[in-house]
Amino acid sequence: MRLGPAEHHEIEMTVNGTPRSAPAPARRLLSDFLRHDLGLTGTHVGCEHGVCGCCTVLLDGEPVRSCLMFAVTAAGHSITTVEGLAGAGGALSPVQRAFQECHGLQCGFCTPGFLCTVTALLRDNPRPTDDEVLEGVSGNLCRCTGYQNIVKSVRRAAELLAEEPT
Amino acid sequence: MKPPAFAYHAPDTLGAALAALAEAGDGGKVLAGGQSLVPLLNMRLAAPAELVDINRITALDTLEVTAGGVRVGALARHSRVERSDAAAGVQPLLRRALENVAHPVIRNRGTVVGSLAHADPAAELPAVLALLDGTVEVRSATGRRTVPAGAFFTGPLESALLPGELAVSAFFPALPPRTGTAFRELSRRHGDYALAGVAVTVGLDEDLRVATARAGYLGVAATPVVLDLTGPALAAQEGRPAGECDWAEVGGYAAARLDPEPDIHASAEYRRTLAGVLTERALRAAAAEGGRSDS
Repeated sequence: MRLGPAEHHEIEMTVNGTPRSAPAPARRLLSDFLRHDLGLTGTHVGCEHGVCGCCTVLLDGEPVRSCLMFAVTAAGHSITTVEGLAGAGGALSPVQRAFQECHGLQCGFCTPGFLCTVTALLRDNPRPTDDEVLEGVSGNLCRCTGYQNIVKSVRRAAELLAEEPT
Repeated sequence: MKPPAFAYHAPDTLGAALAALAEAGDGGKVLAGGQSLVPLLNMRLAAPAELVDINRITALDTLEVTAGGVRVGALARHSRVERSDAAAGVQPLLRRALENVAHPVIRNRGTVVGSLAHADPAAELPAVLALLDGTVEVRSATGRRTVPAGAFFTGPLESALLPGELAVSAFFPALPPRTGTAFRELSRRHGDYALAGVAVTVGLDEDLRVATARAGYLGVAATPVVLDLTGPALAAQEGRPAGECDWAEVGGYAAARLDPEPDIHASAEYRRTLAGVLTERALRAAAAEGGRSDS
C-alpha cells in the first residue's frame, strides 16, 4: 500500500474497548488523531517530541508516546487513553483515586500521561521499590508538584490495587 | 510542531519493504520505532519524501540468542532485548547499555537496530556494537551485505546504509570466558543524552590477572571510539598481586587519547576528564566481575 502525501486514509483502531475509525493523512500523529479526529481530548500534548510524557497512552497495554507515533501505524491496534482508565459508571480506578487522595496533581496537564504510565507500571510490578517508582515515572515531567506527591500517589495506588478483589 | 507531509508505505513483508525502498531511492526513509525519527519530523529537521513503515513486518521482530552471540532483528524493541535474561546472559552489555537509553516508555517503542541506523554519536548502542566488533546485516532489493561496526558508523547521524538499503538485524558477539563488562555514563538528568559514556570489557587469564582491556566511547567524537587498553592495563598491574591494577592510570591514558568537542552542555576538557574517570570506574567494575565469573 502506498498512501500519497495529501491522501486521507480510513484509520481503524480499538480505543478504550470500542472500535473507532476516522479518515486522516499518514502524517497525523496518534496524539492528534485521538484529540482532533476522535474528540478524546484527555490525552494532552506538551512538547511534541517525546520528552514530557503528557501524551502517553497504552498501545496494546504498553505505555508509549502518542506524539511519536503515526495514527496509521497504530491502525488495527488497541489503544487505552486516560478516558479508558475509569471503571463502570465512571468510578475512578485505584491509580486515579490515589492521585486524588495524595494530591498527585495540581494543574493537571501532565496527569493523563502519569496515570497511563503508572497504570502499566503497577500492573507489571505491583510492589515497586522507591527506585523502581522513580525510574518508572522518570520519563514524565510535572512542573507543579515537585514530584513528591506523585511518588506518594504511586505508592498509595499500589496499596489500593493490593486491596482490590481479584 | 507537526510532521511534514510524506508518502507512506506499510509493507507487511521484507520483500515489499525492499521494493518500496528501491523505488523511493534518495527520498526514502525507514520508520521503525520512530523515537528518534518522529521528533526530527515534528521539528521539521527531516523531510523524507517517502516513509517506509516496517512495523507490520513481524518477521523482523526477532531476538536470537546462541552461544556465539545475540542477533537482534530490525523490529525488536529495546524493552524486549532489555528484559531478555538469555540475551543478558550471553552479552551483559546489551542490558547494561539499554538501561541508559532514554526512559522505559521510549524503550517500549524504540528499536535496537533503529538506534544503530540512526547513528547518534551520543547513543549507547553504537558504542557497544563497536566495542564488541559486532556487525549489521543489510538487505536491499538487489542484494545483501554484512557491515562490520567499524565501517558502519561514518559520521554524526550517518551510517554506511545506502539509499534503498534496510538494516535487517544486528549481531552482538558473546563474551569470551573470564571476561567482565561494565557500562558507565554521565548525563545531566537520567535518561538524557550522556555528556560522555563508556562500555568496557576486561578479560582475565587463568591466574585472574588482566589479559585484555577494551573500551568503547559515546559522546566524545562524531562516531563511536574504541580504544584497546590492554597495553596500559598490563603495565598498570605490573608488580601488583592478582586482582589489583592502577585503573586510574589506565583511565588517564584513555583520556589523553580522546579528543572530544565542546558544546553547550560541557567543554571539551570536561568531557575528556569525565571520560577518563568513567573509564577508570568501568574497568575496575569489569575486572571485579571477570574475577567473579570464573568461580
